Amino acid sequence: MDSKQYAEYIDKHGPRTNEWLTLLTAFGVGGLICMIGQAFSDVYKAVLPEAPKAMIGSLTSATMIFLGAFLTGVGIYDKIGSVAGAGSIIPITGFANSIASPAMEFRKEGIVFGLMAKMFVIAGPVIVTGIVSSVTVGFIYWVVAMIAA
Amino acid sequence: MRKGKHTYKADEDIYVAGTYSIVGPTEGKGRFGCFFDDVLENDEWECKSHEKAEIKMHKHAIEQVIARADKQRGDIDCIIGGDLLNQLVASSFAVREFEIPFVGVYSACASFGEAMSLAMFMLGRGNMRTAVCCTGSHYGAVERQFRYPLELGTQPTPASQYTVTGAGSVLLSLEGKQGTPKLTHCTIGKIVDYNVCDPNNMGAAMAPAAADTILTHLKDTGRGEDYYDYIFTGDLGKFGRETVYYLCKKEGYDLSGCLNDCGSLIYTDKQKDVQGGSGAGCSSVIFASYIYKEMCEGNMKRVLLVPTGALLSKDSSLQGESIPGIAHAVAFEV
Repeated sequence: MDSKQYAEYIDKHGPRTNEWLTLLTAFGVGGLICMIGQAFSDVYKAVLPEAPKAMIGSLTSATMIFLGAFLTGVGIYDKIGSVAGAGSIIPITGFANSIASPAMEFRKEGIVFGLMAKMFVIAGPVIVTGIVSSVTVGFIYWVVAMIAA
Repeated sequence: MRKGKHTYKADEDIYVAGTYSIVGPTEGKGRFGCFFDDVLENDEWECKSHEKAEIKMHKHAIEQVIARADKQRGDIDCIIGGDLLNQLVASSFAVREFEIPFVGVYSACASFGEAMSLAMFMLGRGNMRTAVCCTGSHYGAVERQFRYPLELGTQPTPASQYTVTGAGSVLLSLEGKQGTPKLTHCTIGKIVDYNVCDPNNMGAAMAPAAADTILTHLKDTGRGEDYYDYIFTGDLGKFGRETVYYLCKKEGYDLSGCLNDCGSLIYTDKQKDVQGGSGAGCSSVIFASYIYKEMCEGNMKRVLLVPTGALLSKDSSLQGESIPGIAHAVAFEV
């Protein structure tokens, strides 16, 4: 058997993800996290009726980030993630988890070379992509505005 | 003495004079919980890091196996140890205070097979008389080195395996009682690479190497598929075991009556719905507990242990390298 035939065997007989099940749980848990976020947003709106919309958004994001980091700290978020997959990775709570978990893991190597140096090993690509795309979009916006003027 | 192409027979009787196994709480709740000598209450074992806990497990396993075989530290000619951590920090740091010559080995999860094979060559013919082989792994320490931080919310794929927390040690000696298992043969495995690149499917990467070593061993010794009561592979997982069965069947060997896999057995089906256990400690703790005890009681008489290893690093996978597999076989008889 050569490696090509072996790859075909693995493809045919190898364990497969039950896509419908993982999609549904990801959708369910992801949706639930968003509903919790929406609930916080509604509560803040009710409590602070004078506050601008941006402030309500920032307060909601901060609360969800806190919750994500807190649940990571008490060892619950990884259990949610093992069932929900992308459903708990994509929301902002997942972003908090991706920063809090390496911070906890690498704390043993010290504050500077452990925690601080490795805090963004998972979230780093997200931050880089965010910055690069915002600069790119900003540049395009600026060029379009110049041409329009 | 050489037998066939890559198999060697021990010139003198090499007895398994004692074994010791220590595992984490998850493994303790698994299928072989009652066979292990010690089960930890938690993975940390009062240590500041999982690496330190692994070092402590190795040290404890070596100390206990020497005591159980009624030996003193001075009686041991050599310790052969291995683990999965970079620079073999767990096994080499563990023997710091022993003042016993040390050989560190690495064949990933097949390190136990490599250690036992080397011990077979080192013992006898006027060379060494007693050696300790000890390999282990720790879930927390291995996860952070090969995968992600423990608290990161990732979802295991159906092909993935769970690293065993545990250390198993074996004391091999030229002196032994009748009825004690003897190490009789070893087959040094080749690196076999079928171009599997998925680090989450190590069973598929290692299965061709396991099949190659088993077939080489059977052909070299002229033994049939029914010679051994059991052939235990190391940590192929459920799918890997089926693949070895398929590959051997294609070559005309039907192993359905004897082939089993330590990794796919160590956890109960309820515990882990993935492929099973893996790690350098997987085959060593099962051999040092279940297999050894069953052999001593006469329930198994001839066993071929084939620890399997996937030779990858986090960087090699990211650089697009495939995962070469390796497997070493060691034969035991009562």
